[in-house]
Order: sequence, then structure tokens, then C-alpha cells
Amino acid sequence: MRRVVSLYLLTWPTDRIRRKFGDPPREKPLVTVNKQGSRRLIASACLAARKVGLIEGMAVAKAQAMVPDLHIIDADPDGESASLRQLAEWLIRFSPVVAPDPPDGIWIDIAGVEHLFGGEEALLNKLIDRVENNGIHARAAIADVPGAAWAVARYGKGGIIPPGRTVDAVSALPVQALRLSHETVSTMHRLGVERVGQLAAMPRAPMVRRFGREASLRLDQALGHAFEPITPMIPEEAVIASRAFAEPIGRLEDLKLVVRRLAEEMCQSLGNRGEGVRRLDLIVRRVDQKGASLRVGTAKATRDHVHLAKLFDEKIETVDPGFGIEEIVLVANRVDPLSEKQTVVRGIEAEDEAVDLSQLVDRLTARIGEDRVYRLAPVQSRVPERMTRRISALAPPSESSWPESLERPTRLLDPPESIMTTALLPDHPPGSFIWRRVRYKVTKADGPERITSEWWLGDEQKWIRDYYRLETTEGARFWIFRDAPMSEGGRWWMHGFFA
Amino acid sequence: MVTRREVIDDLRRQIERLGGTYGSRKFLPFGVLALDRHLPGRGLTLGALHEVVEHGPAAEFAGSATFFTAGIAARLKGPVLWCLTRRDLFAPGLMKVSLHPDRVIYAETNRDADVLPLIEEGLHQKGLGAVIGEVSRLGLTTSRRLQVAAEASGVPALVIRRWWTVAQKDLTKLPTAASTRWRVSPVPSEVVPAGGLKRGRWQVELVRCRGAEPRSWILEACNAQGRLALPADLANRQDQAQVR
Repeated sequence: MRRVVSLYLLTWPTDRIRRKFGDPPREKPLVTVNKQGSRRLIASACLAARKVGLIEGMAVAKAQAMVPDLHIIDADPDGESASLRQLAEWLIRFSPVVAPDPPDGIWIDIAGVEHLFGGEEALLNKLIDRVENNGIHARAAIADVPGAAWAVARYGKGGIIPPGRTVDAVSALPVQALRLSHETVSTMHRLGVERVGQLAAMPRAPMVRRFGREASLRLDQALGHAFEPITPMIPEEAVIASRAFAEPIGRLEDLKLVVRRLAEEMCQSLGNRGEGVRRLDLIVRRVDQKGASLRVGTAKATRDHVHLAKLFDEKIETVDPGFGIEEIVLVANRVDPLSEKQTVVRGIEAEDEAVDLSQLVDRLTARIGEDRVYRLAPVQSRVPERMTRRISALAPPSESSWPESLERPTRLLDPPESIMTTALLPDHPPGSFIWRRVRYKVTKADGPERITSEWWLGDEQKWIRDYYRLETTEGARFWIFRDAPMSEGGRWWMHGFFA
Repeated sequence: MVTRREVIDDLRRQIERLGGTYGSRKFLPFGVLALDRHLPGRGLTLGALHEVVEHGPAAEFAGSATFFTAGIAARLKGPVLWCLTRRDLFAPGLMKVSLHPDRVIYAETNRDADVLPLIEEGLHQKGLGAVIGEVSRLGLTTSRRLQVAAEASGVPALVIRRWWTVAQKDLTKLPTAASTRWRVSPVPSEVVPAGGLKRGRWQVELVRCRGAEPRSWILEACNAQGRLALPADLANRQDQAQVR
């Protein structure tokens, strides 16, 4: 079932002017004016102007005589419809099917979305609140069909027409509510047809003969007998740059060249929109209808076409041109706002500017994949294997670091390797050890440093490690540990290498 | 009248200009007089490729070479790109030279051949402090590429030569286009009467260097600022520079 909102902007042209210029104040009468021949007539009047008796179609000279300090601005139909479109785009937040209804309305098909706002009434209130908060006078109606909603929003009180009650709601309204031309309406008035209900009660054939096909169509649309489509507005979305070739191309160099050109075109159009690429797809269509697509991502929105083209350079070699490539399409399928920033002033060198690593990270990522370019961040843990955590290469600085005083090796053996030791006394550091079939004699030792399992992190097995730093006769330094006190049969393990 | 000295200076400048690095070189002093005095430019050339090899027991884990390299990177300004193939690096250990985790971006691959393009990619990025790479195979052509890339951007490339087999170890002896090659091997540190361990000690060898003779020094390992130092008990020894 369909449910359609018709949003009626009561004084759109003047509201638009107030929004644009922030002037004149709401209590001052404001009218827009257009010319008909040599006469200047009021095209629209704001609420304040209507209150003092100015109406549409009145001569400006007369209006000025009535209201000496009248604000007069030329009407701008093109600007109005463009602004209406913008407003409609903004209203896509309510429903995906939104269409402008010039000159002063907007359609929203809310079938299936009202529950997101807590019912139709809540939706309607929210919609009107948001629009009025922007200084636009609005009235809206929800009905089963667009024609009925339109009629009730303009000629009724607005609000919600319950499903199936269309006829009741519309029949009491004046015939103007049917979106008819002026001539038709005045003909109807001449014949005493004032209300929609009267028109609907007339036999159809004579009515069509008298008022034309338009009247019957509009009547059917308002009562829900004829379907009226709403063409949803498609916002300008993905930026696309494509090139088709009269002669298929096959050389990699050509392919790269085309990609570079397309990237340049794309960046230009993105520049006009104030956006930068986050994810870029390259689609290659071959003569034999097989295709290939490559995707690259960037860590930060960018419009640097040289950089973007370079990201494809590595991958493009994997494209098999087959019998030739017919078309190449570049699609920016994820974009972020990106504004220009002046970084270099002629004659003044940038100083201490943090180096922008995003391009480097992009290039590395394009080569080896996202999860292999990373930074290591400290973790609050004493267990060596748990002291680091991978974070994204461009993550904000963690500021924290491992304590400098901690004696830790630069290389860790993972998993630790078992070693044979001999010690003077059971709980002393070893006097010598055998690791990988080589005997080392220990001359100096430091320790023990005890590290225990972290039960609060869910270590099920309780364990203790006593770490020692050893220096051998050659001066090499090792990090070894015993996994339990000697009396409990602890074994020795090699775990790391110092400087 | 043109003196002999002026002619030589002029020729030298012409040669440097042909090399494409004229006037754009910067150096990082080690802060150890004996070392800096020996190096052309009184320090490590920044826009260049440097190799670090570890020698000694457990050299395949390159604990000392890693520390030596991290010490250099820590003293440079800007972020560091660390390209690796194995997951044995223990980042908390780098805090001993104050290489803050926020400064290091890691790029990990499985194969040696994939690391080299990453290093080169990093060298193209101006503003990086250094690019550190861990590779075992570094040929003449690839090292030349890295050297040229480093010269162009001024970012130093520090390559830790890793090896796990004897054949790979022999590879580290072959010539490359790197401007220096360092060999770091641990030596016994100062004896502490009360037991325990003091600052480590290395034999730092300059195996190969463009514009300087090979030489070796006994030095104290990097401190919290990443600086090397002359050992106090060896500082006054006359022939220490000759120890090899």
C-alpha cells in the first residue's frame, strides 16, 4: 500500500529569500514581483504581506500605495526550483523516494519507513518541525495517493488521512484542489460546480465532454482510481570517468596512460564537488565481454590524480587484456568531503609540518594489503608476547609507550626454545647453557625478573617465569627464563636477544 | 693565477655534480669524535644507503644490528618506515633508544624480493626520518636503485642484512652500491664488581665506506638517546683505533 506525504511550502519564494539573505525581518512585508508586459505584478507575498491585504496578482504600484515600506524583490523561478530540489535532496533523510513538486511542494513516499520515526504522526511532526526550524512555512498531509495528499495539504487542514478514507477527505474540498488549470476551474464555477464531491457525482461522459480529459484524470488521481507515479530524485552520486575505444587496446602502457587520464578527469569533477576519493574501482571491459575490476582504497580523501593512478600501477599488470580492451571505467565509489588547504606560501617554507604519510601508506597498502601495514601500540601487560597490539598505520598517536627502564630484547624468539643449562646453585642464573647445539659460557648475569600469568586476562593456567639477562664470554646477550622454580622442576628457555 | 689547489677543488665539485648529489648532502654525526672524524662529512650521510651486518653468536637474530640501526633512526627527525619479513622484532626493546612506537610504521611481507620495492617506495616519500629494511639478498642493481632513491629524497635507507643459512651469510660479503657497510659484533662489557650487567659493548667495524678507509672501534652500545660512546676504560688507549 502506498502512503504519500505532500509537503506544501506556503510561502516558498519569500521564505527562500529570507533564508538566503537573512533579511528582511519576518514582520516586515515582503513580496516577489514578476513582469507581465509593462505591468509589475506580485508573484508571491509573505505572511506579513498577506496580513496587510497584499495578494498574488496585485499590481506593485497599488501594493506600494497600501504599504509604503514594502520590500520588493524580483521573482526568480529558476532559482526557486533549484532550491526546491536542494530541499528535496535534504529530505531524503526521511525516505528514499522523494521528488520535488514545483513550484512549492515536495512529494515523499513514506510507505514502509514510518515505523522508523515512531508512526505517521511522529514522522509528520518531525518533518514539519525540521522544515519550519529552517524558516520555511510548511503544511503537510499524508494520504493513500499523491493527488489526495496534495489536495488536503493545500486546501484542507493537512494532517493524516487514514487509509481508505480518501474519498471522504477530498470530496468536501473545492475543485481547485484537483490541480486544474484556471480556465477549467472558472468554467466549473460558472456551472455551479464548487466541490470535488459534486464533480465526482456527475455522470462521467458528459463531464469529460464539458471539462476535458484533464479534469477526469485529476479527479481519478485525487480519489485514487488512477495511478500517479512519483519519480524519485536521484542525487548525483558516484563520480564516474569512462572511456570507450573505437579500436580495442591491449598494451599495458596504453592502459596505464588511460587510467592516468581518467583519474585526472575524475579529480577535476571531484574538485568541483569539494570531495576526495576514499575508494576507487577500475572496471575493464574486454572485447569478449569478460571483464576485470581492480579496487584501491586510500587512507585519507585525496584528489591527487597522479597518486591515484600510481596506486593502480602495481595491480594493473595482473589484468589480462585478452583480445583487447573496449572500455575502461573509473568509479569513485566512496568519497569524503575534502576542502582545499593552503600549505605552501611562496617564499616561505613549511616548517615542522607533520609529514603527511597517507600517500605512502596508500602505496604500501596497494602493494601488500591493508593488514600488513601497521603500527604497534603498547598494551598494558607484563607478558612479553602481549606487550604489543597492531593498530592502523594512520591511527592517531597513542602517546603512551612502553617504559624505557624495562630491560627488553630487540628480538624475540617466538615460541621460546628449550635450552640445557648448568648452574652452580639451583636458584642461580646458569653458568653455561647449550642452545641450538652450541655451548655458551656465561660471564655476567642479571635477574631474576619475575613475570606471572595474568589471571585477570583469563589466563587459565597459572604460570611463573623468572627472566635472566645473560652475557656470554663473547659479549652476546641473551634473555632466558625458567618456567618454574628449580625445586618444582622448572625448565629453561631461550626467549630473546639483546643488543 | 689559478693554483693547483683550486683546480683540484673545481674538479672535485664537477665530479660531485655528476653524481647528482652536489650540495644537497646532509650528515648525522654519531657524537663519537673518533668515528665522526674518520667518516667523510663528519657523520653518516643521510641521503644514502647504509648496510648493517651483525657478526657473532646468534647473529641470525641481529639483536645488536637492530639496536645499532634503531639508535640511528631514533636520532633522526620524522617517522620511520620499517620493512620486515619475519615477526621476531620486539618493539618494546626499541624504547631503550627512545624510538617511540608512534614514530614507526611497519610494512610486512613474506619474501625478500617484496621488501625491496617497499623500501624504495618509502625512500620516495620526503619527510620520512629513515627507512629501515631487513633483507638477506641485496644485489648490485637493487642496491643502486635504493641508493639513487635515497639520494633523490634525502631519506637514509638503513638495511639490516639478515641471514639464516651459511649461503645467505656469504651473500652479505658481496659488494653492493651502499655507501657504507657496518659490521656490529658484541664484545664483553665492563666487569661490574657487584654483579649484574652494564651497558653493552660492541665492536663497530666500518667494513666498506665510500671515501674512507675501513676501520673498527670498540664502542659502548646505544644509550637512551640512541648515542654510542667511547668506553671510559678504553678512551685513553693510544692504539684503540687499530683494534680489528
